[in-house]
Amino acid sequence: MSEEAVKQETASSLFTVSVSPHIRDDETISHIMWQVNAALLPAALFAIWWFGIPAFINMLVGVVFAVLGEYLWQKGMHQPITAFDGSACITGLLLAMSMSPLLPPYMVAVGSLLAIIVAKQSMGGLGFNIFNPAHIGRAALMVSWPVAMTTWTKMADVSGGVDAMTSATPLNILKMQGYDALIATFGSQSDLYWNLFIGTRNGSLGETSTLLLLLGGLYLIWKGYVSWQVPVTMIATVALLTWIFGPAGLFTGDPVFHVMAGGLMLGAFFMATDMVTIPMTIKGQLIFAVGAGALTVLIRLVGGYPEGVCYSLLLMNAVTPLIDRFCKPRIFGAGGAKS
Amino acid sequence: MFESFLGGIHPKDGKELAKDKPIEDMPVPQELVVPMGQHIGAPCTPTVKAGDEVKRGQLIGTSSAFMHADIHAPVSGKVVKIEPRPHSGMGSCMAVVIQNDGKDEWADGLPLTRNWQVMENEEILAAIQSAGIVGMGGATFPAHIKLKPSKPVDILILNGAECEPYLTADYRLMLEYGAKIITGTQILQKLLGVKRTVIGIEDNKPEAIKAMEQAANGTNIEVAALKTKYPQGAEKMLIKVISGREVPMGGLPMDVGAVVQNVGTVAAIADAVEHGLPLTERITTVTGDAIKEPKNLRIRIGTPYQAAIDYCGGFVEQPKKLIAGGPMMGMAQATAEVPVMKGSSGILALTAEKVDHGPEMNCIRCGKCVKACPMGLVPSMLSILSERQAYEACRDEYGLMNCVECGCCTFVCPAKRNIVQYIKNAKGFIRAEQMKAKAAAEAKKKAQEATEAKKEAEK
Ligand code: SF4
Ligand code: SF4
Repeated sequence: MSEEAVKQETASSLFTVSVSPHIRDDETISHIMWQVNAALLPAALFAIWWFGIPAFINMLVGVVFAVLGEYLWQKGMHQPITAFDGSACITGLLLAMSMSPLLPPYMVAVGSLLAIIVAKQSMGGLGFNIFNPAHIGRAALMVSWPVAMTTWTKMADVSGGVDAMTSATPLNILKMQGYDALIATFGSQSDLYWNLFIGTRNGSLGETSTLLLLLGGLYLIWKGYVSWQVPVTMIATVALLTWIFGPAGLFTGDPVFHVMAGGLMLGAFFMATDMVTIPMTIKGQLIFAVGAGALTVLIRLVGGYPEGVCYSLLLMNAVTPLIDRFCKPRIFGAGGAKS
Repeated sequence: MFESFLGGIHPKDGKELAKDKPIEDMPVPQELVVPMGQHIGAPCTPTVKAGDEVKRGQLIGTSSAFMHADIHAPVSGKVVKIEPRPHSGMGSCMAVVIQNDGKDEWADGLPLTRNWQVMENEEILAAIQSAGIVGMGGATFPAHIKLKPSKPVDILILNGAECEPYLTADYRLMLEYGAKIITGTQILQKLLGVKRTVIGIEDNKPEAIKAMEQAANGTNIEVAALKTKYPQGAEKMLIKVISGREVPMGGLPMDVGAVVQNVGTVAAIADAVEHGLPLTERITTVTGDAIKEPKNLRIRIGTPYQAAIDYCGGFVEQPKKLIAGGPMMGMAQATAEVPVMKGSSGILALTAEKVDHGPEMNCIRCGKCVKACPMGLVPSMLSILSERQAYEACRDEYGLMNCVECGCCTFVCPAKRNIVQYIKNAKGFIRAEQMKAKAAAEAKKKAQEATEAKKEAEK
């Protein structure tokens, strides 16, 4: 039958004709995206408790401007509206969570809009963006307002010591004053670890509580949205390299500190796992994770910035298409008969 | 336990609708529509004309092409028309329409009784060929060709996986006709001279496994309980899981010494060899949430779907889709006029609730399709490249032609991308190009020959 004839037939028929398969899994994009939001929620709530109302305002502004920006863009471009599928929401939330609670809300708004418009929609929307939009937003703000982006709140008195007041992040202290000063700030090494683990420390909104980020990450792994290999490999790479390249020669580093410090937990569980901007095969994802971990350490130990998670992930996003090209799965039956 | 293949999915199987319904003989309708194309290969040409009287089992269609399977009258009666009719695979196909005379008489000498054990292999093959048997799992490859492999084979695999959701025809056959399946299998063992014979059944069908184990008792036929995972019944997956062998890219099962047959085909072979019966009926599951009383029917080839649906109480609700075969690989039909054929494993009517899904979105690179693909392809890239009409890149860089169209990728895609559709488009384009290239090469060769002949003549 000619195509025309088939069409006519279909039009007059009571049944829909389309190519197999005829049944689909229930999973949808927006369900996945909202699950990721849910996994971030504990750490977000902790940030509000720890940093107070400004944290809440920044996260709210981040989310609202991301969602609104996407909505208006799609309306204006006469595209189907997907602004409420949870993906813009994560971008806004992640962006706010990766920055200081002291950042003025209007800067957060600018970052959110840049992330959505420049890094996501102008590339063709969700799926076509090469870079994680939240990272582009953050990097843009870093260039525009470097001082505001690196001003941190005064840390509450956690150790009971009088000298515990400081306005630098643990990684800052390490970079500027060295490891001993870092220990001294928190009292002892175990106090340092404990505060990093629980989250009672300085830093951006979302990088404080190792425990809650870990819980959220484990939830995503358990639900199958994230392959465990990615965060584990990235964290292990950071741990290994920071242990090897310690301040007092080889194998004198403090991997435990480095793993919990800065944005590594947030990055490893919520950004290095952003499916749109990482390789699709496990093999490729492992390369991505090792690369991101190694670059993070390079920036932390050698580079000009105290923290390198954001930039290293952006760099790895850039090579993701290349990794995907070279890490295709093995086709069944390739290489002749096998027994 | 058997090793598994990579990828695969676990859809809801929907088999509860029909699995406990014993096989029922469906009365032969007034009019049967027998298409001349029911197999892979050249369609047959009718050997009868309008007005002819035919008996059941009488040859009504054949072809001079090597790749074909003969077609026989499914009932006794009168040929009323020979004309194109709706066809579940081709849209439309030449068909012999037979008016049932209600006598249901077999052609002369049928059924006969033969002892296959004393038959020569050539005789057995001839019996299978003249019965017009094809792969009844849906592949419809002529059985007599598959059973004469041009390479040595040492393992025979019986496909009882029935991994398509909803379908229960093979399941019921194994429960009720285990002995016949075993006889057919023994015939094939003799024919092929294989060392090992295994019946593969998914482990969500413990009763079928038990029934086949009992039937196989005392023979050297193994029954293998396989992990329940779609597409466990795909030929290449089945061979891999049971024998550990991997059919090479673009190759055939015999390249790794294996022959696979569906259990339904084997039962039909038993009838053909022992009783000389051509393939004129089969077991088909009529099911789906839109069918009032899902059933497993022994049904004549040529029965219109509508008649089968009516026999099952009609629709409880207007279905959105009417599918020939299973929900993963079956073809959606525009009309219920299409007739049952040799490869019709199921008639499936599903309501909107089962088949509706949201609009297609961009690929979000989640990688689910890559994990699900049993062939190790990157379905997302195939869909994206095909959408951009970069068909050559699909073939050269992403192994397009290895896709078995199992549908796993499309099933899992959260962006609801119609990946199989894109893949089919790309394959269609590539095949058309190949045909063009072949035609061009032939034309060139002819032209060359002509000039050479001319030169020759001028000398
Ligand atoms: S339909 Fe093709 S690409 Fe998709 S999962 Fe099956 S073999 Fe892979
Ligand atoms: S499953 Fe769908 S959305 Fe995910 S990578 Fe494959 S095509 Fe893209």
